[in-house]
Amino acid sequence: MTMRRLSSGLGTLIAALASTAAWANPERWQLNMTPGATAISQEIYTLHMIIFIVCCVIGLIVFGAMFYSMWKFRKTKGAVAATWSHNTTAEIIWTVVPILILVGMAIPATSTLIKMADTGGSEMTVKITGYQWKWRYEYVGTDVNFISSLNRESDRARRLGSGVDVTQVENYLLDVDKPLILPIDTKIRFVITADDVIHSWWVPALGWKQDAIPGFINSAWTQIEKPGTYRGQCAELCGKDHGFMPIVVIAKPKAEFDAWLAQQEAALLDVSATVQVPAPAPITKS
Amino acid sequence: MAEHATHDTHDDHHDDHQQSFFQRWFCSTNHKDIGTLYLLFSLLMFFVGGFMALVIRAELFVPGLQLVHPEFFNQMTTMHALVMIFGAVMPAFVGLANWMIPMMIGAPDMALPRMNNWSFWILPFAFTMLLLPLAQYVFFGVGAGGPAGGWTLYPPLSLQGGNNVAFTIFAIHMMGISSIMGAINVIATILNMRAPGMDLLKMPIFCWTWLITAFLLIAVMPVLAGAVTMLLTDKFFLTNFFNAAGGGDPVMYQHIFWFFGHPEVYIMILPAFGIVSEIIPTFARKPLFGYKAMVYATASIAFLSFIVWAHHMFTVGMPLGGELFFMYATMLIAVPTGVKVFNWASTMWKSSMTFETPMLFAIGFVILFTIGGLSGLMLSIVPADFQYHDTYFVVAHFHYVLVTGSIFAIMAATYYWLPKWTGVMYNEALGKWHFWLSTVFVNVLFFPQHFLGLAGMPRRIPDYNVAFADFNMISSIGAFGFGLSQLIFAWIVIQCAFMGKGAKASNHVWEATKGLEWTLASPPPHHSFTTPPVIDDKDLAHGDVTH
Repeated sequence: MTMRRLSSGLGTLIAALASTAAWANPERWQLNMTPGATAISQEIYTLHMIIFIVCCVIGLIVFGAMFYSMWKFRKTKGAVAATWSHNTTAEIIWTVVPILILVGMAIPATSTLIKMADTGGSEMTVKITGYQWKWRYEYVGTDVNFISSLNRESDRARRLGSGVDVTQVENYLLDVDKPLILPIDTKIRFVITADDVIHSWWVPALGWKQDAIPGFINSAWTQIEKPGTYRGQCAELCGKDHGFMPIVVIAKPKAEFDAWLAQQEAALLDVSATVQVPAPAPITKS
Repeated sequence: MAEHATHDTHDDHHDDHQQSFFQRWFCSTNHKDIGTLYLLFSLLMFFVGGFMALVIRAELFVPGLQLVHPEFFNQMTTMHALVMIFGAVMPAFVGLANWMIPMMIGAPDMALPRMNNWSFWILPFAFTMLLLPLAQYVFFGVGAGGPAGGWTLYPPLSLQGGNNVAFTIFAIHMMGISSIMGAINVIATILNMRAPGMDLLKMPIFCWTWLITAFLLIAVMPVLAGAVTMLLTDKFFLTNFFNAAGGGDPVMYQHIFWFFGHPEVYIMILPAFGIVSEIIPTFARKPLFGYKAMVYATASIAFLSFIVWAHHMFTVGMPLGGELFFMYATMLIAVPTGVKVFNWASTMWKSSMTFETPMLFAIGFVILFTIGGLSGLMLSIVPADFQYHDTYFVVAHFHYVLVTGSIFAIMAATYYWLPKWTGVMYNEALGKWHFWLSTVFVNVLFFPQHFLGLAGMPRRIPDYNVAFADFNMISSIGAFGFGLSQLIFAWIVIQCAFMGKGAKASNHVWEATKGLEWTLASPPPHHSFTTPPVIDDKDLAHGDVTH
């Protein structure tokens, strides 16, 4: 690493520490989770920060006491060892206080978890199916469905001995041929399964990952607040190209999404007209 | 004690009799020789598994694939884990138990010496079988290589492997048999062979942690055997235990596997707790704080380990009630674990410390294991785990508890008892170099992985987006530094064990050692205690036994 790269890296690092802005996608020198693009992901981020700070405080106290001991109670400094080997008060304190902290953590965690488990009242459903090594997205209630796999440029560059400088490939390994288009401000239910082995559908900006398991239908939901492009990857080892099945979600304002979906349906109609199959039903919104 | 042994003509005969190399090392029923075999085997596997880790870190040094195909990369991650867990960490603890437990409780040997021989000699065959498909592929280009479905062998992916599935499963069966026999031996020895006056609640903590570990092993190794047997029949005999298309349940495998897998985690850390609880009082010259609390905390952790398994599975789609139960149970483990850490810190408080290599590793253990424990607490929060799960954050977490936890404790134990085993002091300056290089590099290696995981890098991927490049490079530099530093360790062990180089070690070795093992000569006689030693409570490592 050259000095220039290092110093620019440090600059980004400091900016990263100073800034609380949300990133949609991973950044160089990123140190922390992002608050993400949904209310739930924001809650998860807050939970993460609280437990992280709790851990830091506990760590500082314990390590502080240990380092103080190591500095103060050295034989070379003439320290004489005490002979006691228990202290009931201290032992009760350090059993009870952690329990209280844990109860304090369990309450908000439980509340967030209950919200995440509630897929009721969703306005649309997308079925996600994991395959080795691509995703299929189906807009339930329409005939719109497509396969989404690693885009060509990344796929060429990632081959062993491809000779391509991957640092020059835009969104290397995080770009797909056909992204999943979703509307913002809409409670979207996902039903997630797999057709061969277990996969896991994960977009960090949405705050969760959910395993896609053959023979099982898992559900999850999201309600994206900000339009944008959100990238993720398969998170469960699924064979040789596990690292090469990214996920891209493009969140659009509702009107734009509706227009896009209508256009997709029209395109299907064009095709189906020639092969004489019934027209797809319009999107149902409950 | 050694003096006593000389009065016993029968055992003098054994001490004197000449064994051939083959008799001594292959037919051995002696707890020390078998302990040595276990430890050397473990050291060898540590380097084999470490080399695989370096292949992984070399490929991940920069983005893009440079060295290996993704399939081979997956074989490396799978085999690295299997070799390190079953080949390096577990045999090292069994080796330490073999060497130390009879000496610590005042027994002549292990209770079941012939089974002891068998339980060790299964291992070289098991690992030959485990490594054979990979070795064939690497050295002769035959076959498709080793298992590549991850060490957890989740179906349906693991069943996509070829015949290497059978090799892996039979190897796991053999390792399980070996572990169960080792565990039975430890239990039989501790329950039956303690010297008069060595009450259970006067035993050194290392014996206690191993006693509890042995029960965990007996409880869960058959569960693993059951799980992999079902994999075997699914693969080769047309059953459908885990095949959804045939009415089976792939998630059931995960439940069964982690019912083994989580106690397994404690199998790899409880003896480490015991080691550290022996070392810190010695170099702090102060009795262990809260001896009984330590025993009860160990037992509580062991109990809880059976009811937290599904925290490895928060993202498989469990019902809400299940997620909540496993979250609360997992959080609860922080309490007894916290008690242990606070007790070690209190042992250091108002003590009189010196910092020889075993103490450095023990303190390194307490601090770095606690970092791993704290990230474990973070992982218990289910909504946050939806983000952390299967990312490098988890990789960082379990390497902090396994490398700077279990492995650091094994190194601490080696430095602590090596002079007792070999009769010569190791090179202290080299030992300190080993500690400091290991500690610096292991943090360079694993700490940035927390950042990678939080930024969104999944684990078990051979290539990554450019955003993850910087910390991956730092991590790989740490990996090579850490790996090379271990050559110092190997050299130190070779010097003491094979070259006999170093100052003569006294019986007590360290200034403030307490416990029966230090009343024996260094190296100890062939049969540790041929007549039961007289136990004086003041000589026990943990001082006041009423607390």
